[in-house]
Amino acid sequence: MDIRQVAKLARLELTDAEATTYGAQLEMILSYVEQLKAVDVSSVDPDLLGSGLCDVLRDDEKVLPSLPVEAVLANAPATALGQIKMPKVIE
Amino acid sequence: MNAASLTITQLREAYTSGTLKPEAVLHDIASVIQSKDGPLGGYLSHDLDRALADAASVDLSLPLGGVPIAIKDLINVAGHPCGCASKMLTGTYTAPYDATVIRKLREAGAVPFGRTNMDEFAMGSSNENSAIRPCRNPHDHSRIPGGSSGGSAVVVAADTAIAALGTDTGGSIRQPAAHCGIVGLKPSYGRVSRYGLVAFASSLDQAGPMTKTVEDAARLLQVMAGPCDRDSNCRSEPVPDYLATLGDDLKGVRIGLPKEYFADGLDPKVKSLVEKAITTLTGLGAKTVEISLPHTTAAIATYYVIANAEASANLARFDGVRYGHRAAADDLLGLYERSRAEGFGPEVKRRILLGTYVLSSGYYDAYYRRAQQVRTLITRDFAETFEKVDLIASPVTPTPAFRLGEKESDPLAMYLADIYTISANLAGVCGISVPCGMVEEGGSKLPVGLQLLGPILGEAKLLNAAHRYEMARG
Repeated sequence: MDIRQVAKLARLELTDAEATTYGAQLEMILSYVEQLKAVDVSSVDPDLLGSGLCDVLRDDEKVLPSLPVEAVLANAPATALGQIKMPKVIE
Repeated sequence: MNAASLTITQLREAYTSGTLKPEAVLHDIASVIQSKDGPLGGYLSHDLDRALADAASVDLSLPLGGVPIAIKDLINVAGHPCGCASKMLTGTYTAPYDATVIRKLREAGAVPFGRTNMDEFAMGSSNENSAIRPCRNPHDHSRIPGGSSGGSAVVVAADTAIAALGTDTGGSIRQPAAHCGIVGLKPSYGRVSRYGLVAFASSLDQAGPMTKTVEDAARLLQVMAGPCDRDSNCRSEPVPDYLATLGDDLKGVRIGLPKEYFADGLDPKVKSLVEKAITTLTGLGAKTVEISLPHTTAAIATYYVIANAEASANLARFDGVRYGHRAAADDLLGLYERSRAEGFGPEVKRRILLGTYVLSSGYYDAYYRRAQQVRTLITRDFAETFEKVDLIASPVTPTPAFRLGEKESDPLAMYLADIYTISANLAGVCGISVPCGMVEEGGSKLPVGLQLLGPILGEAKLLNAAHRYEMARG
């Protein structure tokens, strides 16, 4: 397992010390988890997951009220012009 | 006598008879928080003025009229901070809406009061992962209260709250309830809406009551349970009257004892108390049946793959953009990576990394898909068992509360202690922890919990047996 690659996917910056520590801890946990390979799952439909509860859809009715913009912006780290301010996204 | 030491039932009686008023009760609670909570760390914050304002307009004729409830810090309560005991959200996020469970509590007249301590983002079994402040077991301050709903357990056990809400993803209500000597109930998956809970693992999370008595838990669940349009996994079955059947006879109730839950690793003193509790139940007319839950040993591995996978997806929203901590960064990627690095603690990072790995291309089938298949086997074990028995009885924890710091260097050892609670979340069944005595350990008397598990939507029978046990236990 390439901890640096996983950290990249998880959008987590890791120090060298963290990469070493977490890398080792994850290896330990993953080797514990290997035992799942020994379980006989032949009787289980691989695409049948969880509780059996299915897609819950509602009628395409009129739009219901949601959070007002001010409420959303109140928690934003930086705002401008009634929007959330961000570093440049497109170079 | 301080009103904080009352139960919900007693408080409601006092309101009905006019001997107490909500404002006085809130002042009482604020005063014991001040005098007792400091060394315990059960609370992260409490807003007396806001609670008094809520209480002023409360209708005392409602089922929970005037009852203050302490809320675990990952449940959104409009106008209250919602920090998840994390640097990611503490001090930067105020909830703009009420979770469904909070809306329902308010509609029943309850007053949310206080944010309780927890393991960060509900990830932990000891409350040691709180990024804000330590939390200690009231029975022995050198020991953990359990987690992740450690704060909620502490405030109820220490009588600095009337009752509290917790959440349970792998045992996080039942285990701290057991370690602190209170009642904690995890409803069946889908019985209580998850809307407004900060999500950890969406197929496992359930909010539930943490209380001084089983009757109080029934009163809270009565209000919390039921359909919700905003949680597509919330069940639509009507909620029975839990209080009406609390006192039912237990004659002939079949209680399964899973042999895997009474095997190696269980502290003999804990085992002895749980067996004594089971004897009390058979004394009330219940019958015990030896059963087997053969996939028990695989449950922890299954859980830690599925829960962490779901957590990695659920915590992706904490990216420094719309809310929460934002790090200084010149570009977008740096913003994400640094905000998350600075905002999350080590256990959260570990779990996100593990979850990301097991979902990643090339590993998804070997880990995540396989874990889901094993989960189906675990679910089947319970379904088959509940055709033979009405309830299952077991310990909640293999040992009493361990000392703070004892398992710090070994995350896996911490995970292994979840063995008796974790399968119930995977299978979606309901479970309750009820205090069943104290053990002598290292010079302290520490609480032990009896766990009862019931089938999906079996809360009525679960509460009935737990209540009858509690009454007979004395």
